[in-house]
Amino acid sequence: MQDFGAAFGEAFRLVAALDRDLVEIVALSLQVSVSAVLAAAVIGLPIGALLAVTRFPGRSAALVLLNALMGLPPVVVGLLVYLALSRAGPLGPLGLLYTPAAMVIAQMILVIPIVAAIGRQTIEDLRDEYDEQLRALGVGPVGMMATLLWDARFSLLTTLLAGFGRAIAEVGAVIIVGGNIDHVTRVMTTAIALETSKGDLALALGLGLILLFLAVSVNAAVMAIRRTARHAAFA
Amino acid sequence: MRRLGALLLAAALLAPVAGAGAADRFITVQSTTSTQNSGLFESILPKFTGKTGIEVRVIAVGTGQAIKNAGNGDGDVLFVHAKPAEEKFVAEGGGVKRFDVMYNDFVMVGPKDDPAKVAGGKDAVKAMQALAGAQAPFASRGDDSGTHKAELALWQAAGVDVAKASGQWYRSTGSGMGATLNAAVGMGAYALTDRATWISFKNKGDHGIVVEGDPVLFNQYGVILVNPKRHPHVKAADGQAFVDWLLSAEGQAAIADYKINGESLFFPNAGK
Amino acid sequence: MRHSPEVATLASGGTAGRPGGVLPVRGIGLVIRRGGRALLDGIDIAIEPGPLTVIMGPNGAGKSLLLRALASLLPVDAGLVTWAGTAPDRGRAPKLGFVFQKPVMLRRSAIDNVVYALKVAGVPKTERAARALEALRAAGLERLAGSPARVLSGGEQQRLAIARALATRPEALLLDEPTASLDPAATLAIEEQVRRAHAAGTTVVFVTHDLGQARRLADEVIFVHRGRIAERSPAERFFATPSSEAASNFIEGRLMP
Repeated sequence: MQDFGAAFGEAFRLVAALDRDLVEIVALSLQVSVSAVLAAAVIGLPIGALLAVTRFPGRSAALVLLNALMGLPPVVVGLLVYLALSRAGPLGPLGLLYTPAAMVIAQMILVIPIVAAIGRQTIEDLRDEYDEQLRALGVGPVGMMATLLWDARFSLLTTLLAGFGRAIAEVGAVIIVGGNIDHVTRVMTTAIALETSKGDLALALGLGLILLFLAVSVNAAVMAIRRTARHAAFA
Repeated sequence: MRRLGALLLAAALLAPVAGAGAADRFITVQSTTSTQNSGLFESILPKFTGKTGIEVRVIAVGTGQAIKNAGNGDGDVLFVHAKPAEEKFVAEGGGVKRFDVMYNDFVMVGPKDDPAKVAGGKDAVKAMQALAGAQAPFASRGDDSGTHKAELALWQAAGVDVAKASGQWYRSTGSGMGATLNAAVGMGAYALTDRATWISFKNKGDHGIVVEGDPVLFNQYGVILVNPKRHPHVKAADGQAFVDWLLSAEGQAAIADYKINGESLFFPNAGK
Repeated sequence: MRHSPEVATLASGGTAGRPGGVLPVRGIGLVIRRGGRALLDGIDIAIEPGPLTVIMGPNGAGKSLLLRALASLLPVDAGLVTWAGTAPDRGRAPKLGFVFQKPVMLRRSAIDNVVYALKVAGVPKTERAARALEALRAAGLERLAGSPARVLSGGEQQRLAIARALATRPEALLLDEPTASLDPAATLAIEEQVRRAHAAGTTVVFVTHDLGQARRLADEVIFVHRGRIAERSPAERFFATPSSEAASNFIEGRLMP
């Protein structure tokens, strides 16, 4: 029980002192996860829009697969990305292993199914509303995808938030491909894993509290954006 | 205007990610979690970097994984404590040559109430037999690490078949040293750990060292340069500089100087 | 003829199949089946340039389906739809304005909704804003140009939908019960808007089940009953002496189950 009290104490101490290591770790966590989500959005949203707008044989199988991929275990993704980026692997010469770029790649892979699957549902709901009208105006499938993506942008923000939640909270992938190197690839979750393995549970928990606070802040910020949008009837 | 702002934001977000890892002169060392958790690297590496300007990036994983990674060429130097496995690594052409660097020792830790009555002992093998006899809970790393291999050698010497007892009093966590110690403390079990990790471990609970000082608990560390002939991208010159430094009088002194509560954790023995 | 010289030119060229034109819109042997029933049961129809045609009939007669089929918004199970003699294509869709019963506005301002339609129709960027504003002005909506389209009232949104359809200068405007959910004031405004568009030369096809509305608007009436065209005649003749039993029942207000 005393660990909890000590944890809050550690958390406040680190934040109040603006501990340099903490700031560095938080900054890197945000940079890696936000980059991963943005990259996943660029790839995943068009996939979701495509699935929402088109009909083709095997589409239901594709949807089932996509939904299932949302549950990809991070540690498995980490392993696969490691094998690809390892010097012994196909992309070895790129020298990306043990760098933040590798972490972004791994998290991006984890987030793409979420963005595509949830995005597809969001876009399809809007499509049901717009489809006939847009076709009457002469809009083709590509135009339909673009218009739906743009008009659904605020709802899609929530989709991106779901992806962000997955990215910022995972440790299995980034610890394998990043190596948890001090000042280079150490992020919140890998730092927590390290402190736990050193037995410093209070510090680990304190970092956990800070991570939680970070996630809550990001969510709150996005919700605020959505509220403004709704008032302007753009959502 | 909004588009420009978005581009700038994206650039600001991605720049450190893209840039990091590209600058500086650095080498990658594959080592073990026990070594890292002991705090040794935080103590000695700045001295090396200060002298040579070469940053050292340590990947701390289990011994087996470290050797595998080095074999894949995902590191410039291998620094673990599993002599037979290291010699095999060199023999198979994965590394150039193995050098002794330092040793520390293993200790057995256990709960204060000491159900197997082994506290204060100086004979590790006898203690293991007592544990098996009392069926006292024991937490093993179970991860093919240097520590794990040493532990298994002791059980064998004690004539105990732990595979049979696995899941009952013998608990194989399949984890690093820290996680295994957390488990041991959490379930009141005995465990074998290197002294360095134990001294710097912050979750001791009411556990203490019960057996120490037996020569069989001796834990030798070796350093190997990853073979640049097999992996041409290996930073051979800088990697060799690190190996040389570890073996040099300066490096050896740095190792000896690392103490916790005035107690040395590692004992340099290069070239001895 | 109440039509302007431009329409007369259109009318003469249209029947021959002007390149890029959509009129005449023809449906040949159109059949649509759902759940074993024929909702459109072999309809032959031609929409020629010129008149304000009202398609009328009781609920469930198939009027909406027919209009959508002619606009190529849904597939038919049998039969053929042609625009100016050729198969309908996406490129010519802006030449056939379509207005739904419930207006669908994009999540942007009123004027941007019109600009969107102009963009899809291939109008050059430099002309879009001006033409959109002109369309809004013609509908009396210019002071709402910057408002988010979705906060407009039902009547205003429908007027905006019609303005949007007219902005691309279509040859014909098809409307599917556009005032069915609106109050009398809004209904009046929309009927006015449609009449003005027709007077300016746009062919109009207006679906309704409201007898009064049909009387007010129609040059010509097509009466649909149980998936078939029961009758097609000039308005005065239709209301005075309907030649089909179904039509006369409808006009007299008798239900036909």
